[in-house]
Amino acid sequence: MISKEYIILSPQGLHARPATALIRLVKGFKSAISLQKGGKTVRLNSMLNILSLTIKNGETITIIIEGDDEASAATALDLFFEQQLTEL
Amino acid sequence: MKGIGVSPGISINKAFVIRKTQAALSGISLKNEEEIAAEIARFKTAVKISSDEIEHIKNNSQTQLQKEELDILDVQLELINDPQIADDVIDKITTEKKTANDALLEIIDNIVQIFLGMDDNYMSERSADIKDIGARILKHINDPGRANIQKFDSDVIIIADDISPSETMTMDVAHVTGFATRSGSKTSHAAIIARAKGIPAVVNCGEELMTIKDKDIIILDGELGVVLVNPGTDKIREYERRKDIYKQQTATLKSLKDTPSITTDGKEIILSANISSAADMDQVFENGGAGVGLLRTELLFMNRDSFPTEEEQFKFYKEIAVRSNGKPVIVRTIDIGGDKHLPYFNLPPELNPFLGYRAIRICLDRTDLFKTQLKAILRAGIFGDLKIMFPMISGVKEIRDAKKILEEAKGELATEDNPFNAEIKIGIMIEIPSAAVTADILAKEVDFFSIGTNDLCQYTLAVDRMNEKITHLYDPFNPGVLRLIYNVIEQGRIHNTHVAMCGEMAADPLATLVLIGMGLEEFSMSATAIPVIKNIIINSTEIFAKQVCSSVLEMDSSENIITYLKQLTQ
Repeated sequence: MISKEYIILSPQGLHARPATALIRLVKGFKSAISLQKGGKTVRLNSMLNILSLTIKNGETITIIIEGDDEASAATALDLFFEQQLTEL
Repeated sequence: MKGIGVSPGISINKAFVIRKTQAALSGISLKNEEEIAAEIARFKTAVKISSDEIEHIKNNSQTQLQKEELDILDVQLELINDPQIADDVIDKITTEKKTANDALLEIIDNIVQIFLGMDDNYMSERSADIKDIGARILKHINDPGRANIQKFDSDVIIIADDISPSETMTMDVAHVTGFATRSGSKTSHAAIIARAKGIPAVVNCGEELMTIKDKDIIILDGELGVVLVNPGTDKIREYERRKDIYKQQTATLKSLKDTPSITTDGKEIILSANISSAADMDQVFENGGAGVGLLRTELLFMNRDSFPTEEEQFKFYKEIAVRSNGKPVIVRTIDIGGDKHLPYFNLPPELNPFLGYRAIRICLDRTDLFKTQLKAILRAGIFGDLKIMFPMISGVKEIRDAKKILEEAKGELATEDNPFNAEIKIGIMIEIPSAAVTADILAKEVDFFSIGTNDLCQYTLAVDRMNEKITHLYDPFNPGVLRLIYNVIEQGRIHNTHVAMCGEMAADPLATLVLIGMGLEEFSMSATAIPVIKNIIINSTEIFAKQVCSSVLEMDSSENIITYLKQLTQ
């Protein structure tokens, strides 16, 4: 299992557009991937669940990855949160 | 009627009214496992058809889809296929023995309520997406396979409760020349799509909009947010003229963005914008605005169920300060009362609301609310050149009282060790005739004046702006109004107090020369009007403007003044 913290750097937070990109990214991996904020954990396959957490710019979230391809999933998520998200 | 103009342009056309058919619960209880399995299958098929439908729109649109539209469709696809929604619906069908129709309706309604209750504008707007995908799936549960592309035989203006994202995209927009919706805001889908496609749109028109019938003649002004129903030929002619002007201008004016606003004989005129939120900042700079001459703060107080806290307000002002790139931003303290009410702040009905408990009068009474706002502005003032402006000032006592509370606010911030701009500039709106007449007295108290011509005109001429029977009397070119304006500008010059104008007159091309001639230093207007006024300034001289001003001030009636000014602009 890999657990990583990220700070959201996106003016409007993790809103619908980046959430769509994130869900599509996660779909490409076999591992079970979930997102944690303020004690709540949701699977990263549901737009509804991600939106319900209202993740704002500057907030910290934790991503938990568990499965065969967890290492490569973690690399992809690093790229997403540290680079792609700011460009979305 | 009046709404919020969200996509500029003028359209004159026949109405096409879209009325929603209300989905209803059937109340049917499923009898056995077979029925349950059938309903689950029915739901899954509907999801599949809905998903395919959106994919189809994405790939086979008759018109080129804009990036914003593709984004919206992608979000919808994710929501349609959302595993959480599917789990919840299937669970409801299985355990509560409800039909697919009823289960989905309840789940969607539940999510919509949660989103609306989130006290977050963005999330409230997303509830429209949820409703939209819900309606789409529901339609396929009850009537599988029926395609719904709206076609029009001739040009129309769409009148609707609200327009869902997928509706805007499945619409044959080639014939859509305008949108007007009952609800919505600047960030509604209808607004985003209308702007992306360059179609004039007005949202938030209120219940009255739905009294419009198919084929009624509609005039829609997407800039000022005006919707006129079955207007007379005079109005139609007037708007046709404005529409032509608008078309020509948008083409030539786009090129003026970076041209300095200076007359040919070297007089610089500041052109700034009137805005309501940080989202408006982009437009200010796109149109070459030199800053914000009026930030209305009412939006911050609306669409919620309690007063915003100092922290919430601070964030709002800070975002604007940050996005202003060091350009001046005049923040007007809250102007409620009159015709503007807050659902959570109960103001008893008054016989003369415009002469009643409103704006600074409320603030000086409810100093707690006032101080919270002032503290938030003072704190945000370190992130940009914010200035504070008090509305509805009638005399010197109100200014002194307001300044006293401002000093108290500063004192509290200092005690709390909260950083703030102690040197913040303050000014007042000149919109009450007594203030205009005593501008020489008031000038000594403040750093700047901003003339609010809408109220000044209404109070000077004793004309209720809302009363349709007397609109012909509402006339900013009345010599009485012009003399008051002249006095304010003149006294400002003598006492070295900066004078701006933020009322509708500042955006009226007919008034530009007279106002430059009077010596007005700053014109503030809706951002899209800036290029029009700039175009006049860069093609005029200050010397000529002064001559125009002296001629106008000697004329005896607004008819003569208007005729004279129209001749000049032709």
